[in-house]
Amino acid sequence: MSTTVVNTGTEGKTWGGGNKPLNASYGKMMMWFFIVSDALTFSGFLAAYGFSRFKFIDSWPIADEVFTHVPFLHGQELPMIYVAFMTFILIMSSVTMVLAVDAGHHLNKAKVTIYMFLTIIGGLIFVGSQAWEWATFIQGDFGAVQTKGGNILQFVDTDGHRVALRDFVTADTHADRTQHERKSGLWFVSEGSLSSYTVDEVVQGLESHENILVRTQIINEAGEKTVLSRAESLKQLKDNGKLVVEGANLHVNEYGSPLFADFFFFITGFHGFHVFSGVIINIIIFFNVILGTYERRKNYEMVEKVGLYWHFVDLVWVFVFTFFYLV
Amino acid sequence: MAHAHKLEIFRGLVKFKSNTQKIWGVLIFLTIVTGIEVVLGIYKPESLMAKFLGMKILNWIFIILTIVKAYYITWDFMHMRDETKSLRRMVVWTAIFLILYLIFILLQEGGYVFDVYKDGFIKRDF
Repeated sequence: MSTTVVNTGTEGKTWGGGNKPLNASYGKMMMWFFIVSDALTFSGFLAAYGFSRFKFIDSWPIADEVFTHVPFLHGQELPMIYVAFMTFILIMSSVTMVLAVDAGHHLNKAKVTIYMFLTIIGGLIFVGSQAWEWATFIQGDFGAVQTKGGNILQFVDTDGHRVALRDFVTADTHADRTQHERKSGLWFVSEGSLSSYTVDEVVQGLESHENILVRTQIINEAGEKTVLSRAESLKQLKDNGKLVVEGANLHVNEYGSPLFADFFFFITGFHGFHVFSGVIINIIIFFNVILGTYERRKNYEMVEKVGLYWHFVDLVWVFVFTFFYLV
Repeated sequence: MAHAHKLEIFRGLVKFKSNTQKIWGVLIFLTIVTGIEVVLGIYKPESLMAKFLGMKILNWIFIILTIVKAYYITWDFMHMRDETKSLRRMVVWTAIFLILYLIFILLQEGGYVFDVYKDGFIKRDF
């Protein structure tokens, strides 16, 4: 390095160059400024989420009822447990990252290597968990009926427990309609996958099961979703039911307002993309550490810079966790 | 590179012997805070459901705990504590000012749109 440094003979003089403003190197300062701008992007998304939530404050889905699944524990209602686990994984990988930075300060190559490796593993576990979370959310659980006005009608038994469509609706196998595909008809017309039941079949199912009621998305004073009486349930479903919804995508959402699903995909997706790119950058730096690039440079500042980015990703998740899952 | 770290947290209440020790200490603290959040989120104590400044007290607690966590991640994991005061203020105050402004505008507007739907002549319940 010393051969490339131009000596101007003005070191130590304030305006002579070679001076670090704010005692931070160029790269580190620019990373901080990037983080500020990225933080504002995320704030924009979260504030937009807040806008939509305040707009539909009396009918927004309750996160505790949406994210209740934990891998390998099928059929159990465990709200928040898995997200808390994901949060812990990300904080843990932040810790191994800062330990790598600390080892870098002591020029300890072996320790930096181990801690960088653990950080990458933590990041991969997190991204994998998020993929699972998405898959569960997209697949859905109970199914619901969307009304003409775009509201969601869910089904509960008389005790208030959710009932899945498959438990009380029987599909009429004779009236089966196949999904239109481009290869078998008009090539310029396509259609999404069909739901397992039609609205008529759901109406029949509801009529033949006395103990099932409709639950609307309106939140009552007790902070719970309103359950209609038996007569109102039938009337509401017959008059307004339009589409059977299973799971969630960008257009429909069985858990409630489609905006909830849109923001879920967009915000956690954007964050997941940050984690993914963070893992890639960490891997690059990891190989540089192994190859001894920073050993020869006698300076592990590069680890510190990706560390800043990695911590920022963790920082954003702390906020996403609060505003999506807790509040 | 090996510049000195400030090893005190909680305004000097807890002082660690080394930077590594401080990292583990902060991890324990963050884990406890997350644990409290999860327990409150699952059990939702009835006493915290009262409204305060337009929001449930429980939600205020969540937001405050989140900011506490964000503070320790930034200050101790990102070593903001060791940066000069002017860098710290440039980054933190800029972000906080703009974010508060954005939140105020959007939430205010969201509440207004809700009122328009509720009191106006737009029908959504069908």
